[in-house]
Amino acid sequence: MRATLWGTRGSLATPGPETVRYGGNTSCVEVEGANGTVLILDAGTGIRRLGATVGPDVGRVDLLLTHLHMDHIQGLGFFRPLDEPGQEVHIWGPPSTTLDLRARLSRYLSPPLFPVRLLDLPCRLTLHDVPLGEFEIGGLKILAALVCHPGPTVGYRISEGGVSIAYIPDHEPALGATRFPDNPDWISGFDLAQGADLLIHDSQYNAVEYPRHVGWGHSAMAHTLAFAAKAQVKRLVTFHHDPAHDDAALDRIIDEARGSADLPFELIAGTEGARFDLGPRTASARPTK
Amino acid sequence: MWDAGMPQKAVEIILMRQLASYLAMPIMLFDPTGNLLFYNEPAEAILGRRFDETGEIPFEELYTLIELTAEDGSPIPFEARALVVALQKRQAAHRTSWLLKPDGSRRKMEATAFPLEGQGGRHLGAVVIAWEADQP
Repeated sequence: MRATLWGTRGSLATPGPETVRYGGNTSCVEVEGANGTVLILDAGTGIRRLGATVGPDVGRVDLLLTHLHMDHIQGLGFFRPLDEPGQEVHIWGPPSTTLDLRARLSRYLSPPLFPVRLLDLPCRLTLHDVPLGEFEIGGLKILAALVCHPGPTVGYRISEGGVSIAYIPDHEPALGATRFPDNPDWISGFDLAQGADLLIHDSQYNAVEYPRHVGWGHSAMAHTLAFAAKAQVKRLVTFHHDPAHDDAALDRIIDEARGSADLPFELIAGTEGARFDLGPRTASARPTK
Repeated sequence: MWDAGMPQKAVEIILMRQLASYLAMPIMLFDPTGNLLFYNEPAEAILGRRFDETGEIPFEELYTLIELTAEDGSPIPFEARALVVALQKRQAAHRTSWLLKPDGSRRKMEATAFPLEGQGGRHLGAVVIAWEADQP
């Protein structure tokens, strides 16, 4: 498997010279399987550049949304495969008891918020409620589970050939916990992350900011480190960077995290364009960043 | 205590526990088969146990800890208990009963139970809120 970060920013796209290293595009991660299966995790603004790399050789694209907050779907209307006649695209999103996924996405992809309607797209589009549990796409095993974030939100664990990637970009596992981390079965998202080779996880706030944002659905870096340690992941990639954090601020947060404890995993600053190869995979014919 | 065989709790259950841990009325949180997953500090007074010491309590063990009767001392049919209604019929239920506490005292109790239904038709368990009837 190969994972590529196309957007690492949280909440709001934050382009500019002060964010050029970590990136300004919102959440979007590509996972490519050994057989060429392409999964896209979230449709933040980072998906626009990713879309340009998806050629006709990719027969099917699966886009897995964690939830429908704007920073995770805003790039959808600019994802080129959706405009490709005949391109097979599947969009998966968390289930709702009130509206189906098409109706909820159409709130954004319709006038007056967007000029093109979902039903006007020329691609072969299929929408799915994400099964809460295990399922498979193109040989990749996927585990989806609801996690602690306002509104129905899922995290994903993708496995192939004995390696796994956990993706939990919006997550506040410490919310209200009188002890954190508690026993693993009482930690939101633990099953998704347990033993993962690569955990891509929310790390939006520092220790000073978090108390002012309790309940907003995001983690302080200290909580992210504790979660990753408890889950015994091998590598942690910080993600969903706060729009107010420029490159210098993020450098400081990462440096503090590295110096705060003897971390039992490799801590990696999530930067736009970063690429991670896990396990065996065939060489991709698709262009790189 | 946690062991590797314990299933991950659904996020709704985790959030319910976190809410219960902050509230001042006795709250008990059950899985779909009636196992007591969590009880908060006010509920510890009813059960005569501390959650930190017992952890989860299997269903079959729970009713060895507490004895519920009608006012005349007759046992309350199993199917009529608020918890059982919430778990089996997936309906909210309210019952008045008499509780023989671990210290031997007998107290009039009110209990309201409601099912926890998750997105996607998942039956997650039930919550019981209880209080002594003679308390405000």
